[in-house]
Formats: sequence, structure tokens, C-alpha cells
Amino acid sequence: MKWLSRTYVWVVMFFLYAPIGVLIFFSFNQSKSRSNFTGFTLDWYRKLFANEIILQSLVNTLIVAVVSSVIATVLGTAAAVGINSLKKGPRALVMNLNNLPIINPEIVTGVSLMLLFVMFKGGLGSLGLSFEFGYTTLILAHIAFNVSYVVLNVLPKLRQMDQFVYEAALDLGCSPLSAFFKVVLPEIMPGVLAGFLMAFTYSIDDFVISYFVSGPTSQTLPITIYSMTRRKVSPEINALSTIIFGVVLMVLLAVNFHGARAERAGRRRGGAAA
Amino acid sequence: MRSKYSAFAAVPYYVWMALFTVAPLAMVAVFAFTDESGAFTMEHISRVGEYTNVLVRSVWLAAIATAICLVVAYPLAYIMSRQSGAKQRTMVMLIMLPMWMNFLLRTYAWMTILEKNGLINRFFGLFGIGPFDMINTSGAVVLGMVYNYLPFMILPLYTIMVKIDDRVIEAAQDLGANPLKVAARVVLPLSVPGISTGITMVFVPAVSTFIISRMLGGGGNLLIGDLIDLQFLGNAYNPHLGSAISLVLMVIILLCMSLTNQFGGDEEREGMLV
Amino acid sequence: MRNTHMDRMIALMDGRCGDLPACGRMLLRQFAALALAALAVLCFSLPTSAEESAADLVEDPGYYARFQGQGITLSVYNWGEYIADGSDGESIDVNGLFEELTGIKVLYNTFATNEELYAKLKSGGAGYDIIVPSDYMVARMIEEKMLSPLNRDNIPNIAHLDEQYVYTDFDPEGAYSVPYTWGTVGIIYNTQYVDPEEVTTWDILWDERYLGDILMFSNPRDASAIALKRLGYSMNTTDEGEIGEAFESLKEQKALVQAYVMDEIYDKMEGEEAALAPYYAGDAVTMIEENPDLAFSVPEEGTNRFIDSLCIPASSKQKEAAEAYINFLCEPEISLGNIDYIGYSTPSLAALELMDEETRSDPIRYPSQELLDNTEAFIYLPASTNQLLDRLWTELLSDDQQFSRWTIPIFLVVAILFSVGLNLYRGHRKKRNDLY
Repeated sequence: MKWLSRTYVWVVMFFLYAPIGVLIFFSFNQSKSRSNFTGFTLDWYRKLFANEIILQSLVNTLIVAVVSSVIATVLGTAAAVGINSLKKGPRALVMNLNNLPIINPEIVTGVSLMLLFVMFKGGLGSLGLSFEFGYTTLILAHIAFNVSYVVLNVLPKLRQMDQFVYEAALDLGCSPLSAFFKVVLPEIMPGVLAGFLMAFTYSIDDFVISYFVSGPTSQTLPITIYSMTRRKVSPEINALSTIIFGVVLMVLLAVNFHGARAERAGRRRGGAAA
Repeated sequence: MRSKYSAFAAVPYYVWMALFTVAPLAMVAVFAFTDESGAFTMEHISRVGEYTNVLVRSVWLAAIATAICLVVAYPLAYIMSRQSGAKQRTMVMLIMLPMWMNFLLRTYAWMTILEKNGLINRFFGLFGIGPFDMINTSGAVVLGMVYNYLPFMILPLYTIMVKIDDRVIEAAQDLGANPLKVAARVVLPLSVPGISTGITMVFVPAVSTFIISRMLGGGGNLLIGDLIDLQFLGNAYNPHLGSAISLVLMVIILLCMSLTNQFGGDEEREGMLV
Repeated sequence: MRNTHMDRMIALMDGRCGDLPACGRMLLRQFAALALAALAVLCFSLPTSAEESAADLVEDPGYYARFQGQGITLSVYNWGEYIADGSDGESIDVNGLFEELTGIKVLYNTFATNEELYAKLKSGGAGYDIIVPSDYMVARMIEEKMLSPLNRDNIPNIAHLDEQYVYTDFDPEGAYSVPYTWGTVGIIYNTQYVDPEEVTTWDILWDERYLGDILMFSNPRDASAIALKRLGYSMNTTDEGEIGEAFESLKEQKALVQAYVMDEIYDKMEGEEAALAPYYAGDAVTMIEENPDLAFSVPEEGTNRFIDSLCIPASSKQKEAAEAYINFLCEPEISLGNIDYIGYSTPSLAALELMDEETRSDPIRYPSQELLDNTEAFIYLPASTNQLLDRLWTELLSDDQQFSRWTIPIFLVVAILFSVGLNLYRGHRKKRNDLY
């Protein structure tokens, strides 16, 4: 039985990694062919780093991700505080609304925001103001799907919190605002941080929604990758995949290592106490 | 921390949701029921009926992909959940790693494998078999869906199964249940919530995809996602028809989700939309 | 939606990154490092690419210098693989030279079909300053007031262009468009699999011997034009019967077609994924350079002759800079270097004079008058015909199986009834259980 389950795990892992391995392998291929390996080269990496369009879209991706996730975190944390004080009925309604962008297929969210921005454009245009598809629309759209994740991450932390701590702070003469920053915020920080990072990673990875709301000045990396796959494909795309894979692998290894060490340390401490 | 002020913290978010969650979907509904001059019409909604083929095909392919994911993921999740802590962490990491790569790149990788002169056909060519037509078929589209969304099935199943106590299984075995019976009578019922989450998380993106079918399906047989894209940013510009199709897609998905939820076990069912 | 269900989904997505805080911090750092490394490499690689000075390639450098230091950005929206970018190490980098000369930053994006371009502009994706629609799309855009009239005093290099391409049926006064390239549509095929003798008629794209080896245009106008020509009709017909017949024959052809493509065709033909496909002559030139087994031929029934034109969308806020860009592309040296790379035919008489004899006499790029006489240009079709084309196109790409149009409504009703029924049953059972 044991060998059967082990084989099974290996087969599934092979399925998951084979395509990525192929991409990486052919990023070192001299010829442009996707399936004929003619010799080793690093040319495609050199070309990739000289490709201004890709670099620009990397910068765009980071700008949009940082701005949208910061705003979403502030907005979502405040929202969670407010939602937490609602009664059950209204809360269920608000939460259903909050979850809507998560359940909705991305393509529907994308086209709906696009329609909205077109209307904005018309409306503001008739007032003599200009509103173009670009960073603004992209960031607004990213906040629109990010903020839900922040709310969902912060809310449980608020629920777990001992509310007497907050009241004690008020009794000791804190204003509600400073009580929030001094007492509540440190308490819910893990949730806020988790929400921020989730928003950040989703923003970096998003293609479908960005595809519908981006303008000429704000192409993000996934959009650039998409237009690359629709043309004559250059192995630069393989080089790009390899770099992304390498970065992600390092991050996850570091996290895993860190986690394992923390766990061991925890065990040792626990052992010593016993 | 339910002070009289905290309720106001969510006000900006209510405004936000009204603007960027409710209003865009309202726009979709308005567009679906109006024509270019803005007059009410049922024409577009009724024209969606002409694309029944596309709708049925999308639902069908997504259902097959979901079923395959479930069959593949279930044993794997079970095997994972019975490993030691360190092994579990490594395996979860290995499953998540491909998800971090942009899905466009992962899908592109399959193009290079399935092509007529791709790796699989080259491999079979060594033995004088083939070439097989693999790319640009429905099978390739299903494969792309399975590959992209398999982790979405594995992870919820795993998170549920890891909670199943080993002792419960041992107890069943001690009481004389054979492995098949343990699986059917103990593990399966306990993992039902994971199954329903997994199904939702695979089915929703699969039924609404438009990249996988374009890259692996040859563009000859549309899915709902392609159809929507075609009306908004593609070769047959008609946002009104596109909105009508989006609306139908939303209804189909909400219904499918509520159906899966019906089987999602007898937990509390409050705050349910349908 | 039940909240517990939602929570699980969230917990799962959260699980995408085990220990989120730590891993996100790392990610941020990694990305910053990556971006820095990339920029460093870029800085080192820059000086090598500017071998030729831009000022030497134009007639009046002063005309371009006036934009220096104004921090202008131009958004160019062009077809894929449609400008020399220096990526092959031999060609000029057109945008780079323009940036050097003017100090204007060029943002370059690409589209795949005229219809995509139209949809992008219509759906608010404005903000482009230069677009390159083909003839019939120019006409449609003029009609729908999507283009800005050109100030021809700012584009003196129009004088270098052949008048037959400047004053055309779709823009008789040349008020909105300046020709960029022209060309014909034909069949590109692989001589290893297809006998050149047979590629004389569009019928070969309907030949069952090539089942699964045929690629087809992925846009309604080009695809239907081939079907119409094959049936002996005009490709500009507005007759619903003829158009319907054409799409019927495209449906027949669909069983043989491996994929509907645009620029994906490069990889597929060069890599011998398919045996034959209709495409633009200029791209065929590029493909033949990569794979000498490929060849190009124009069928006897006649074909489409197109002109792709440079236009400025009505929404552009950088008209003067955009006109300078158009003028730059019409510089003889620049259009020569550009056309050499993209493989299409140039409307510039000055560039033709500078061109080597071999290229000028290439029958793919500059076909005989006899062949050209047998071509037809796309003209503007009335809105109703366009809508018909869009509709039939979507229909063509929908699945072949026929389901009743009531399938979905019936499914929805059954699902709702089932859901309601199950809930009622559960409620009933719960009540009964509560009794005990």
C-alpha cells in the first residue's frame, strides 16, 4: 500500500512540475524552437533584461499592487471595525455584498468595472473633466477586489479580541481614536498584515480584471505576458518564467525553513518547560 | 469594542461597495436590457438563447474538469493528511508553488508540450507512433483547466482531512471495517465540506475562463468567457449582448454554487443568498 | 452564500502562502531586488544599441528637436510584429530613434485585429495617440467620428508617398490617414506537405486531404472575404444571402481547421504545426526567412489588397507630437529600415528608390500589375452588414452541436425548484426532529 501511495504522489507532482520544467529547460535553448534543443545559451535572459516593455510593466505591476493594497488595507480595516459592531441581520447583508467580488467570476467583475469606468468617463467628460483608462482605473479595480480579502482577514481577529481591553482604555481616559490605535490595532495587526499581503499578491497576479480596465500607460506584467503569447513567441518568455519560478521558490523555501525552525524552537522551549 | 463611534468606521466602505460592487453589476444589468439608444429591450437577453451551445459546452467541460480534479485530488489529499508534520508542510508547499506562477505562463507551457511537434509527440515519435492531435481539441482545454485548478481542489480537501482524527479511522478498522468501508463510511462523510468547497473553487474559474480555451483550444470552439470577451474587447463588439451573457453566467454560477451548498453537509445555513 | 463556506474558501486562499506575513515581506524584497538588477542590466546594455545616430537618418532634424525637454509621452497602438525594434540585432529600432531625436517617450502596445482595435477604442480604452487601422476600419472610424483630422503641414514627408495610397476610396482627401504599408492576402504553405501547383485556388483551404493542417483567419472580415471570393462574390457584398452562403461554407471548413489564429501563425507555420494558411504577404516574407520550406501564393480567384494607415484618434491630446511621429515613419531612411524588417510593401516612393533591386522585384512584396488588377480593396460596410458579420462570426465559432435554446432556462428552473425543494424538505425534517 505504501509504495502505491508514494508512486501516486510522485505521479501528481510530475504532472504539476513537468510543464514548468519544460519552460525552464528551453529558456537556455539557443534556437527559437519550442521543442528542439540545439545548445546552451543565456541570451534570452540578456534580452529579457534589455526589454524595456517588460521592465516598465514590472514597475507598473509593483506600483499598482502597492498603492491598491495599502488603500484596500486602510479601507478594509476601518470597514471591519464598523461591520463588527453591526447586528446580525445587517451584518449578514454587508458580508454577502463583501463576498460578491470573490464569488463572482473574474470576467464578470472585469467587464462590470469596465462599463462603470466608461460611464464615469462619459459623465466626467461632459463636466469638462478627463478620466482615462490607466493607473486610476487599474488601481480602483484592484482595490475593488482586494478590499474584500482584507475585511475577511481582519474580522475574525476583531471577534477574537477581548472587548473589555478597549473599554478599559476608554475608562483610563483614552479618546476612542487613540484607544483604537494604541489598543485595538496592535491586537488585530496579524489579521491586517495577512489581509494586506493577500491583497498584494492577488494584485500582482491578476490578469483578467486588469485586462478589461487597463489603458495604454498602465500595462501590468500579466497583460504584457498575454500579448507576448499572442505574437511570435520569443524564448524571453521562458526566461521570464524561470526567473519568476526562482523567486517564488526562494521565498517559499525561506518561509518553510523559517517555519520549521520556529517550530523546532517552540518544541525545545516546550520540552524545557516540561 | 462596540462604541457608538465604531459603526461609522465602515461608512466609507459602504459608499465604496455601493460605487464599485453594486453599481458595476447594476450597469451590467442595465446594459443587458437596453439597446444603443438606451431604450428598454429584451432582444439581447433572448439572443443569449442562440448561444446555448456555448453555454452547455462550457458547463460540460468545466464539469468534466471538476470531476477529474476531484478524483485526482481526493487520494492525494488523504495521503498528504496522514503524513508527519514536516512532510505535510513540504507537500503543501510543493502543491502551492505552481500556483504562484502566472497562469498564462503555465498554460503556455502546455502548448509547447501538446503541439504536433511538441514533446509528447516527439517522445512517441521515437517509437514510431503518432503524431497525435492533442492541441486545439476539447481534451486539451480540459487538461488546461485540470492543471490550472487542481491545487484549488487539493488544498480544501487537505485542510478538511487533516482534521480527521487518526483514532476515528483506527476505531472503524478495529470494529471490522475494511479499507473500502472506512473510506466510504468514515472519511467520505467527514470530508464533504471540503469537497463542496473544492468543487466551487474549481468550477467557477473553469466555467468562465477565456484564456485556456484560446491558448489550448485553437479558438474554434468558444466558451462563455470567450463569448463575453468577444463582445467587449474582441472581434464582435456588442457590450449589450456581452452584458446579457455575463448576467446569465452569473445566474448559472450562483445556482450551481447553491446546489453544491445543498450537499455541503448540515451545518448552520444562515446568511445564505439562495 | 453560507458564511462558513466562504470562510473555508478564504482560509484556503490564505493557505496559498503558508506563513503570509513573513513570505510577503520576502516577496517584496525579492521583487525590489529583481527590479534593481533588471535596471542595472538595462543601463549597461543601452550604449551599444545606438550605433546609428537618429539625426543622420532624417532630412530635417530641427523639425523633431522642438519637442525636446517637454516630457511628452505618446501612446502608439499598432499591430503585433509591425515595427522594426532592433531585436534581431540587424534592424533599426524605430521607436528608440524617435525617442532619441525628439525626447518624446513612446509607449508601444499591440493589437491583433481591426475589430479588436475598434472595440478597445469604443469601450473607453482611448488614450492612444497613434493607431494603425486598415482601409475599411479607417472608413468606419471616420464615419463614427473616432478620428481626428490631420494637419498636413505638420507632415511634410507625405510628399514622399505614392499618391494612389494617400488619396483613397476610404479617405479621398487624405484628411484622416497616412498610409503605413500595403499588401495582399494569399496562402502561405509548406512545400514539404503541399504541392505548389495546387495552391492556385482558395478551394485548397477546403480540401479534406489537409484535415487538421489548415489554419484560418481569426477575424470576421478576412475570413468571410476568402469564402466570398471562393464562391465568386464580391468581398464587399451587402447581400445577406451571399454572406449567409459564405458563412455556411466557413462552417463546412471548420471541421478541417486546426485553429483560428492571427499572429500565432508565425510559430505554427515556422514550426510546421500546420501545412497551409491564408495570411498577409508581408508576414509570409518574414516566415519564409525563418523557414525556407514555406512559400506564398495568391489564388487565381483574386484576393484582398489592403492599406494599413496611420491615424490619430479623436481623443488624442498630443496631436502635434503624433503628427511628428507619423512624419518620422515617412522619412525615407526610416521607412526603408522599417519596411525591410516587417516585410510588407511600402507606399513610399523615396524608400522604394533607396531599396535594393532584389527586394523591389520580390513578387511577394511587389506583385505584378496583372495580379494587382485582380484584387479588391475592402470598403466600408453599412452598420447592419457589420452587425450581421459579427453575429455570424460568433455563430461560426460556437459549437456545432445544436441544443434547444430552452435548455438553459429549463436547467435554471429545475435547479431552482430542486434547491427550494431540498430546503423545504430539510426544514420539514428539522421541525420533525425538533418535536422529539
